[in-house]
Amino acid sequence: MKPRYKRIAIAGGVVSAVAAIVALVLNAFQSNLVFFYSPSQIAAHEAPEARTFRVGGMVREGTLKRDGLRADFVVTDMAKEISVRYEGILPDLFKEGKGVVAQGQLKDGVFVAREVLAKHDENYMPPEAAEALKRAQKGNPKLAESMSATPSPK
Amino acid sequence: MTPELGHFALWLALGVSLVMATMPMLGAAKNRLDWMALARPSARVLFALVAFSFLCLAASFVGNDFSVLYVASNSNRALPLHYRVTAVWGGHEGSILLWLLMLTFWSFAVASFSKHLPEKVAARILAVMGWLAFGFLLFILVTSNPFDRLFPVPAEGRDLNPLLQDPGMVIHPPMLYMGYVGLSVAFAFAVAALIGGNLDAQWARWTRPWTTAAWIFLTLGIALGSGWAYYELGWGGWWFWDPVENASFMPWLVATALIHSLAVTEKRNSFKNWTVLLAILAFSLSLLGTFLVRSGVLSSVHAFATDPRRGLFILAFLVIVIGSSLALYAWRAPSVGLGARFALISRETLLLSNNVLLLVACGAVLLGTLYPLALDAMNLGKISVGPPYFEIVFVPLLTPLVFLMGVGPIARWKEAALPDLASRLKWAAGATVVATLVAVWAKGGVGIVGVVGLMMAFWIVASVATDLVERLKPAGGIRTGVLHRARLIPRALVGMMIAHVGIAVFIFGVTMVRTGEVERDVKMGIGETTEVNGTVFTFRGARDIQGPNYRAAQAVVEATVDGKLVATLRPEKRFYPATQTTLTEAAIDPGLTRDLYVSLGEPVAGGAWIVRVYVKPFVDWIWGGCLVMALGGLLAATDRRYRVKVRQPSNDALAVGGAAAA
Repeated sequence: MKPRYKRIAIAGGVVSAVAAIVALVLNAFQSNLVFFYSPSQIAAHEAPEARTFRVGGMVREGTLKRDGLRADFVVTDMAKEISVRYEGILPDLFKEGKGVVAQGQLKDGVFVAREVLAKHDENYMPPEAAEALKRAQKGNPKLAESMSATPSPK
Repeated sequence: MTPELGHFALWLALGVSLVMATMPMLGAAKNRLDWMALARPSARVLFALVAFSFLCLAASFVGNDFSVLYVASNSNRALPLHYRVTAVWGGHEGSILLWLLMLTFWSFAVASFSKHLPEKVAARILAVMGWLAFGFLLFILVTSNPFDRLFPVPAEGRDLNPLLQDPGMVIHPPMLYMGYVGLSVAFAFAVAALIGGNLDAQWARWTRPWTTAAWIFLTLGIALGSGWAYYELGWGGWWFWDPVENASFMPWLVATALIHSLAVTEKRNSFKNWTVLLAILAFSLSLLGTFLVRSGVLSSVHAFATDPRRGLFILAFLVIVIGSSLALYAWRAPSVGLGARFALISRETLLLSNNVLLLVACGAVLLGTLYPLALDAMNLGKISVGPPYFEIVFVPLLTPLVFLMGVGPIARWKEAALPDLASRLKWAAGATVVATLVAVWAKGGVGIVGVVGLMMAFWIVASVATDLVERLKPAGGIRTGVLHRARLIPRALVGMMIAHVGIAVFIFGVTMVRTGEVERDVKMGIGETTEVNGTVFTFRGARDIQGPNYRAAQAVVEATVDGKLVATLRPEKRFYPATQTTLTEAAIDPGLTRDLYVSLGEPVAGGAWIVRVYVKPFVDWIWGGCLVMALGGLLAATDRRYRVKVRQPSNDALAVGGAAAA
């Protein structure tokens, strides 16, 4: 092979290898994005069925029920609510009246969580939970006064 | 009084750092020896001042001086003494001070071990580090003063975050910061070379031990963090692809690439531009990591800082450092030159592929870490990228990387022949296949991921063995003993082999855990048992105990195999009254081939608890592998050729190129 063709072949090989890697990365990225929805959005049927997503908000007081390993509770953004079911051990900072983020899928109007995240700092609000409250707040100005940066829903 | 002294020392340090940043730099430009001579003493004084200030803060913690806001927010009278000391870096202000302490320590080290450097080079390097110190001092004094007073003085402090009250947290941040900040030395070397315009094999030889040293600390720091997450967070995972973890992993990937690229620059005088760029990139990612963790932009365990001013300051600092160094690079890189040419099949090409793969991996992590933040910042919605993304991306990137790891060290510089490589590696390839088959047969049902993982681990070991055997074989008819020839192998080379075996150990651990771990959440009453992989766990009930600053429910779980007691595990559920926090303290019985891991969920009626039980095969090999990697790094960094005085510049580096490599 002439050196020029050889060089072209090498360049072509490198370009296609890089293109393949980039395609792989972007494809994996695309299919593993987890979107976030607030309870109000779910109530408005904006959230997808049969796709994993996150929901965030506050655990409504008095709604946590445990039955062996199974936990049922209600997550609210102070405007709308969603029932969440979870099987397993809840994180240490999971408390009624505190912020929570759950990841899972919607099934028959109940959010079946595969993961429950409550962050490890008692002052710290999971950003998604704060976002849910903020979004609900925008749609419902009356709520504005009952909410602050670290809301205590009472 | 002590806090004021510490504060004052920081102001003095600011002035010293400004001298250190400007005078030697100007001196190097104007050929003024007296100005350049200021570099070393100011680096030493700077370190002394910052260390003094750090000690003042530590003294305030030890003495329970709650009139200092930072102490009051992160300590408590009931906190045991050793945690009062480590609480110094338990929050934002103290961590930044620790970062600065590390930075000045590295400058101090450079000042002390740079006698062999030309005066101008040393002056420029220290000046660059002076600028970095100046930036961080300004950051501390303007936005994050740890010595701010609190009035009225509270009777009791708020206590350290219970998660951080752990021996792992005592050494994890210093190690990690040593690594992060250590990359500033490579960065300073690179910038100094760009300014000076001379970058040769000699430069690479000076830079290598520093970079390797930083890499060792980074490796250990990440491993410690991972180990801490494993036993302290109580979820049994060892890596979560959390942005904070990614923030430390990205510099590691680039630093690894840099180590390899520096080898080429030293041995072959090639890749010069590329090496400089990597050095800039590695430190930039360290700064980015600091920004991510410290500015509070992340939804994560570590995001204690929520002051936007701090975020803006670090962001500005980041832009200035990265922007100006890249601008300098664009301006000066052409004068540095590309270096020696090489053929398509050569060790250079293999190392270049290694670099490309490592950088692509880093890019993929960067995308997964920053994209959600960018979307959020532009109000385009909130998303998160889960671990599956990173896993899907890493396996196909890691596989060729590991394959090359076997080929690279035995390939010739400049030009290698494929048939020759294939015939030298055929035994290694055969051994890999046989070992994998045996392992799969012995264990069964590991799946495709398991097979690929095992092959990678065995391939590395087999190819390192091939390399070693070839070097021990008598060459050229001279009959000398094997031991004698073993002694002739340069220490750096042994270091490389060991570090590569460390990767194999790591991959083996990851593969075994991935394919063989069993997790079970069960409700257990007193006397009830659950069986996981042949190990029977019996719950013997829980009782209340009292710790120094917490109270806890402590359960007793017995693990038996074939009726024989192998371990008694005591997991705890702790409550820290000062912070009103509950914390799960897992109980682990570590072993060479498996960990037994038990953590408590919540109590249920009748003395029963929800218990999480894991059996994790070979999980300790993950950290063991990191340790072996660090050991390899240590050997490489302490190679003889870095310690002996070099008389001839650059030429001899090329001459030994065929024999030595790392």
